[in-house]
Order: sequence, then C-alpha cells, then structure tokens
Amino acid sequence: MDDLLVDFLTETNESLAELDLALVRLERTPDDAQTLSLIFRLVHTIKGTCGFLGLPRLEHVAHAGENVLVRVRDGVLAVTPDTISTVLFAIDRIKEIVAGLAATGNEPTGDDSALLAALDAVAEGRGAPAAATPPAAPPVTTPPVTAPPAPAPPAPAPPAPAPPAPAPGVPPVAAAPEPAPEPAEAGQAEAPVAGQTIRVGVDVLEGLMTLVSELVLTRNQLLQLARTQEDSAFSVPLQRLSHITSDLQEGVMKTRMQPIGNAWNKLPRLVRDLARELDKRIELVLHGADTELDRQVLELIKDPLTHMVRNSADHGLETPAERREASKPESGRITLNAFHEGGHIIIEVADDGRGLPVDRIRAKALSRGLATEAELAAMTDAQIHRFIFRAGFSTAAVVTAVSGRGVGMDVVKTNIERIGGTIDLKSAPGQGTTFLVKIPLTLAIVSALIVQAGRERFAIPQISVVELVRAAGSEGAAASDRTESRIEHINGTPVLRLRDRLLPLVNLAGLLRLERDAGAEETGQCIVVTQVGASMLGIIVDRVFDTEEIVVKPVAPILRHITMFSGNTILGDGSVIMILDPNGIARANGIAGSESRGTENAPRTAVAQSEQRTAMLLFRAGDTSPKAVPLALVARLEDIERDRIEISTGQPVVQYRGRLMPLVPLSGTLDTAKERQAVLVFNDIDRGLGRDRCMGLVVDEILDVVEERLRVELSGDRPGLLGTAVVAGRATDVIDTGYWLTQAAADWFCSGQKSGGVRPAKVLVVEDSDFFRNLLVPALAAEGYEVTACETATRALRLRDSGMMFDVVVSDIEMPEMDGLEFVRTLRAGGAWAELPMLALSGRVNHAEMAAGRSAGFTDYVGKFDRAALLASLRQCLGETAHAA
Amino acid sequence: MGTTVLERPAETSADGEERVFVTLTVADQLCGVPVQAVRDVLGEQVITRIPLAPPEIAGSLNLRGRIVTAIDLRRRLGLPDAPAGTQRMSVVAEQGSELYALLVDQVSEVLSLPADTFERNPPTLPPQWAAHSVGIHRLHDRLMVVLDVARVLALAQEG
Repeated sequence: MDDLLVDFLTETNESLAELDLALVRLERTPDDAQTLSLIFRLVHTIKGTCGFLGLPRLEHVAHAGENVLVRVRDGVLAVTPDTISTVLFAIDRIKEIVAGLAATGNEPTGDDSALLAALDAVAEGRGAPAAATPPAAPPVTTPPVTAPPAPAPPAPAPPAPAPPAPAPGVPPVAAAPEPAPEPAEAGQAEAPVAGQTIRVGVDVLEGLMTLVSELVLTRNQLLQLARTQEDSAFSVPLQRLSHITSDLQEGVMKTRMQPIGNAWNKLPRLVRDLARELDKRIELVLHGADTELDRQVLELIKDPLTHMVRNSADHGLETPAERREASKPESGRITLNAFHEGGHIIIEVADDGRGLPVDRIRAKALSRGLATEAELAAMTDAQIHRFIFRAGFSTAAVVTAVSGRGVGMDVVKTNIERIGGTIDLKSAPGQGTTFLVKIPLTLAIVSALIVQAGRERFAIPQISVVELVRAAGSEGAAASDRTESRIEHINGTPVLRLRDRLLPLVNLAGLLRLERDAGAEETGQCIVVTQVGASMLGIIVDRVFDTEEIVVKPVAPILRHITMFSGNTILGDGSVIMILDPNGIARANGIAGSESRGTENAPRTAVAQSEQRTAMLLFRAGDTSPKAVPLALVARLEDIERDRIEISTGQPVVQYRGRLMPLVPLSGTLDTAKERQAVLVFNDIDRGLGRDRCMGLVVDEILDVVEERLRVELSGDRPGLLGTAVVAGRATDVIDTGYWLTQAAADWFCSGQKSGGVRPAKVLVVEDSDFFRNLLVPALAAEGYEVTACETATRALRLRDSGMMFDVVVSDIEMPEMDGLEFVRTLRAGGAWAELPMLALSGRVNHAEMAAGRSAGFTDYVGKFDRAALLASLRQCLGETAHAA
Repeated sequence: MGTTVLERPAETSADGEERVFVTLTVADQLCGVPVQAVRDVLGEQVITRIPLAPPEIAGSLNLRGRIVTAIDLRRRLGLPDAPAGTQRMSVVAEQGSELYALLVDQVSEVLSLPADTFERNPPTLPPQWAAHSVGIHRLHDRLMVVLDVARVLALAQEG
C-alpha cells in the first residue's frame, strides 16, 4: 500500500477515535467552544487529506459533515442530540470507508446519497429534528440509532459491509447497533494500521538521540582510559558495552531515518500543477525514493528540492513547441535521483531542457556589477553558470508566479550549506541542467579530522576535506625539489604547488590569531586541502591527528558571530574542541569560485615529430596492439574491483576518493567478466581555486612505461586516437586523452564561447616540437583563438618584421637556434611586439626556471602538458590587456 | 574533577525577608550570586580556548557531557587578569537553556541574608561594576556585591 495512504489511515483512525469522544462531550456541554473547534478541525483535516489523496466518497461525506459543523460553530444550528447523531452517523460512515480502505487499499464502493441528503438537511436546519425519529438509545455511549431525517423513509438497514456494495435499492442510511461480524471486521482492518506504528513525538526522539550521543562520548572516554591499562577486568564488559552502545546508536539513528521519498511526496502533484500552469508537458521521474536519511536533514532539504524542481519546470524545460523545434520529445523530463555515497546522500535534480542561458547570465552578472566584462570573458561557462547561486540573481526574463522572483538558487545554496551540504551544477546548452546536492546523512554525528594549530586542536568535517599534503618545513625547503611539496610565498601570502597548480593557503594559526608553533613550522606542516563549493583551499595546520566521529553541538549564542566555527564537540578524551567551518574560512579569505577549462576538438592531420624524449605509458585495450599515452597526462593508475563499479545514469562510475569517478572503457564496452579493471585516472584540476574532477579510462592491461623520442603519425580518421608511433619497437596507437575526457562528461570541456562581437584573439605559438605544436594549435583554435604557429624563434621574428600583429605570444623555452629566453629578451628589447603578453611553455616547471623566465620578460610560465593552466593563463593575459585598454 | 554538588539551603521566608547567596571572591572583592541562579560549582577545569572570541570568554569546558562557555569574571568587570598559575573556580549558571561558567578566584560559603541589609548600588560605583550588579549587601565585617547574572552573561547582546 502506498505510504501516503498508510499515513493517512493511521492519522485518520486517530482522529476518528478522538472525534467520537469529542462529539459525545459536545453533546453534554453544547457550549464548549473549544471542543467544537476541535471537532471542526478534525473533520476538516480528514476532508482536506482525502481530497488530496483522491478519495471522493470519503471527501463527500466529510464535507457534508463539515457543513453541519460550520453551522453549529457559527451558531446557526443548536447542538441537539439529533444534530450530533447525524454527525456521528457521518463519522461512522467515514469509519466504514476507512476500514475498507485499510483492507483493500481502495475506497469501497457504496451509495451515500441518503446520508448526504440527511446531513444537508440538518445543515440547512430544515425539518431535521422533526423528521428524525428520536434517538432510541441515549447517544452518549453507544453509536446512535438515527433514522435519516429527510427524504428517505426511516428504514434502518444493515450497515454496508466494508468492501462490497450495499444491497441495491435500500440506501444504507443508518448504522444500526452493529451486528457482531461488522465491528470484528472493522477491527481487524484497523488493527494492522494502528498496531504497527507508534507515533512518537519528535522531541522524544531528539532527546533519545542526545542521550545516545552522550553515551557514545562516555563510551569513547572509557575506551580511551581502558587503552592505558592492559588486562583490566573491565576490558571484556567494556567491549560489550561498546558494542551495545554502537547498536543502540544505530537503532536510534534508524528511528530518525526516513526515506527521501517522503520529501518527494508532493512533487508529482506540484509538477502536474506546474505543467498545467506553464502549458508544458512534464514527466517526473523519481529514482532512489527509498534512500534513507535523517528526518532533520529531510525537513531541511524539502524546500530547496521543491524549489529546484520548480526552477527546472519553469526555466529549464521548454514549451512543447520549442522542444519539437529542437527535435526533442514534446514532453520534458525532470529526474530526481538519490543515492548513498560514503557518509553522504547525493541528490541529483536533472532536466532535459534548454540548459542555462550563459549569455543572459553573463549580461546579468555584468549589469549587477558582479564581474567586469574582462573577468566574464575569461570565465568558463561553468563559472558563469555558478552566478545563479549569487544572491538576488534570477535570469527569468519575466517574473512568473512559479519562480524567478530573485529569491532563488542563492537561498537553496545557503540552506544546503547550512546543513553541511554542497551544491553544484552542470549544464549543457540544449541538453539540460543537472544540480548535484551532496548532504550528510545526519547532522548529529559527523566524521571529522582532528588537527592542531598553535597548540590548539580543531575538528574539520571530513566532507570538505579532499586530501592531506605534507609540506616540507623551512629547513628542508632548499633541499627538497620535487619529492615533497613546499609552501612558497607571494608577497607573504602562502601558496602551494599541488600537481602543477597553485593552491591558495591560509595558515590556521594566523587566521585564528593563535601563537604560532615555531617548532612545527621548522619541522614541517600539513596542509588540509578542502573543497568549498567549487573552490579549493589549503589550510595549513601544525599536525594532523586522526579522524573521529564527533557529535556536533551548536556553539553558545555569544559565539555565533564567529563564522569560522560551525559548532563544537567533546572528544573521546573529554576535551572540548571547536569545529571549523571551511565555508566560513573561505569567506573570511574572500575566496570565490574560479576555474578554467580546456577544449579539445583537435582535428587530427599532418605529421608531427618530436625530438624530445617523452615518457609514455603503454597499455592494451580492445585489441592486441599496444596503445600509449604520455605519462605526464595520467594522474594515477588504479586497479578497481568489479564490485566497486556502479552504474549511474547509464554510465559506469566508481566511488573514488570520496567522489564519483566516471569510467570510460577504451574498447567501448566494459568487460563485466573481469574481476578487476585496470584504470588510468585522468585529473582535471583547475588552477588554484578550481575544481578537481577525475575520469577513469578502463583498459585491459597496463604494460610498461617507456621513454621514447616520439614520432607520431597523426591520423584524423579514428576518433580517440591521436595517431600511431613506434614505441619500444612496435607500432603503437597514441590515444587522444581530450577525446576520452569528453566521453566521460558532456560538460567536461565546454566549447569556449567568446562574448559576441569580439574578434578572436590572435595567438602566436612558437614551438619547435611538431608533436606539441600539433597538440596546441587545434586546442587553442577550438577555444576560439586565431592561432599562428612557428617552429623557430627566428621565424617568429621574421613575422614581426613583416608587420604581423598578435595579442599574445606563447613560446617554448628549449628550442634550437634561439631559445625562449633569448627570444623574449629580443622581443622586449623593442619593436612592435615589445608590450605583448608572453607565455612560456616548458616541460620543466620549477622555481628557478620560472624565475629565470619571468626575469627574461615572460608574463607567465606554464607546464607543457597543462592545457587547462595554459588556457587560464591566456585568458588572464588577454583579460588584463583588455582591461588596461 | 573537583565538582561539588551544592546543597541548597532551604529558601527561607516566603515573604522574602531572607535571601540565599553563593558567595565568591574576585580580585578580593566579595560578591554574591542568588542561589537559584547557580547550577553547579566547579574547581579548576581544563578550558579550551576559543580563538577570535571576545576577551571576556575564557573558553569552553566539558561539564558531564555538556559544553559550557566559560566567562572570565575579572575581565568582565574590567579587572586585571589573575596572576598566572592561580587555581580558579567557577560558578555555573544557566541562561536561555545554555550553561555558562563564571570564572572566579574563589567560591566560598552559602549565606542567607536578611533583606534589610540590602542597598541599591551607590551612584559612585565604577560603571563596569554598576552595570553588572543589582546592589550591595552589608555584612557585618565586609560588603557583598550582588551580581546580576543575566547581565553578566548578556555578552551576546552587547557584542
């Protein structure tokens, strides 16, 4: 049976029992306004709910009963036993119908017209008491025997058996003193509904939860004490106590768990109404409605979810006409998908509509002064999409009744962040928009990382921790080169080079104005890399201890203004520690989302050759011939068990480092027979504050890593392959990673859209290696740049002398004849190109090289394989010049 | 963990002739807190500092599983800090279902005082004191300042 119906039955049975008592009480004390209003409310609720559930018979009876009560309440009708009897009679009928409902799940058929007429007659005050036979029994204790007051002849008929229709011809009008089998049947029908659930006040559960939380803490303290004493007589009972406590905790948590479907109950109706109102055809698909989460969380996400569905229906989906034009099915689809991932619930709200209007958002951001034109031009679509999370940002051209009132996604985002969740979105023009909400299972207990800074300990919720990086201390800084990360400073601001990106850092001790622990700074510190929305931020701490399950307690009101903390807790050792709020820390440091993204639609033609040795990873996939990919592009190699591979939206995915990683089988199909899958993990980390996504390319077998001079025969006819090269003496296919990344996610590489009317920026690429030139030129061209390439610096200088002009120069460092440094010095020395921004490309990115590059005159210095960084840097350079001009 | 459960002397006289106070000293001044306001008296506690908190807030401590915010009464009254290393005690009071610990130098006896020894604050009392006390009780050998717990704890409204 429908959960909704079960709830309704439970509730209605309770109301009915209460109604009986109240009506009887009213009869005794007709002036009791309180009882009257209670009765009125109960009947009204029943009527309202069954109208909602589509139970017409019940609704009619309840409605007629309510009419009588309205009159009584308004003082038009006096409370007489007859009036009460008639109402009680209606209540009895409601009970019958409810019993039938409980037994079969459907409203039993039956004719209520006589009863309704009787009720109406009473309501209108005509003749009811006169026509009615005086009650035979005192109506106080037994169900009254009442003849129908109005048209039907007073013919007490046997009550309608619950499910089947009553005897034809004789309207069942009176619930005569019930024959024995009837109540038994009704009782049986009610019993399962009434007996299986107990309604417990939420405060009781909350109280239990608090107690259990305390018990858990006390247990932890005991265990900590026991650890210091070996062979204690307490250890066995303590172990047992520990287990029971865990079970108890789980049990109490379970009482608070509700399927997320409860928050979705009202959506079908909402969507149906919206579809009518907006004149659209909308199909609502709900997946994972039985995914359970804490009721407190459930309550808090109801509204944001409803809002998102509204948005999707209103803004996301097109009208049927528009959809036909776009050759999509007329009826739009909104999909809600909920599932567990780690200690979190992921909820996706997806539509297959038009996608977010990037141009409108951009225009709006500009008119609202949220960003300058230059900044906007440098932003990726995904960054622009995120403007919709800013306060007061609504792009709906017309404010509709449904949404677009300017209180929109920012409120959703705030509400979700308030419960420790995160929200993100992806959108592709014409394909739709998907919102991804990640929320904790429960608010009461979270997993947290315990860290120390300035001799104080703090907890950082695990949800926002991406990774931990050990940084070399100031002593080891000189010696360490690539082996250990080290903190560098720009004008005193610490940054960290993390996999060739700059990660902004904050020193926790400094931020919280604690005394710095000089000892820790010398011996090395840890960096907790946290993700806040789309931004990454490294928090420098002195030590990292352990993760602990902590019970989050709100901070005292007098401390609420300190936004760095989201709560406090008591650790296993009994000490109180503060829980850091990474959102607050990021805000305090003015960190907003920013990222960059590359494009890859490289037309593959021509022959390229490289004289440089490149480390290549050899593997096998699909057929027997070896395949290769530049090792520098691969973030990690993984061996993933088959069981860990799940299917999400038709794509194989795997939970990887706390996230979902899409898997793309290189051979086209996933070999499900294999126990373990070898996976090449590609990372798309955007510079600095950007996000960090990964994709797994599933291959059959990883063979070897070789260093070779690459001679790639580029070929354009095979998608996914850059070309063929001789590696380790064998013809080897070199795969095009960009292609496979786009297979993983449609939005991975959004095609770069330059703001309209702006002429494409002209880029000169100076690069001696054909291989990289052929990688770079199409990539930049696809981003919307007009690209000219030269093999040597001397050729580039000839172009300058011939009067050609560019917006930016991208140059390799190591080149024959004239190297990049000399080239840039020559350019800066004078001539038409002296003021141009110049980017250095190098296979070796280290401190000394960068410094040398910059002092020679390069504007920025980017790693060769780092396409995203290059694009970001290009945008920055061009944005800056545009700004200056 | 030097926690003592207070034995509350029965409140005498419904007519309000006698009031019961928990007495404490802060920088050698005797003060009193109405016994009804006191939930607990604690000895020296481990207090976790709270970064960025107002200076009056000494930190938070664990009282049988509840987190209690500790307020340094010396700082609240604008007095110099206690000499380093002094053992301090606290009086726990409740405000709006939150517990607060008032850090004082010493908690001493519980006194039952007749209403006729009570006087309003003399107008010359320093403002820091006047703001946090309701009046003075004249004991035979010394004076006792009656603290207004609500106002001592009303940090949030001020900040």
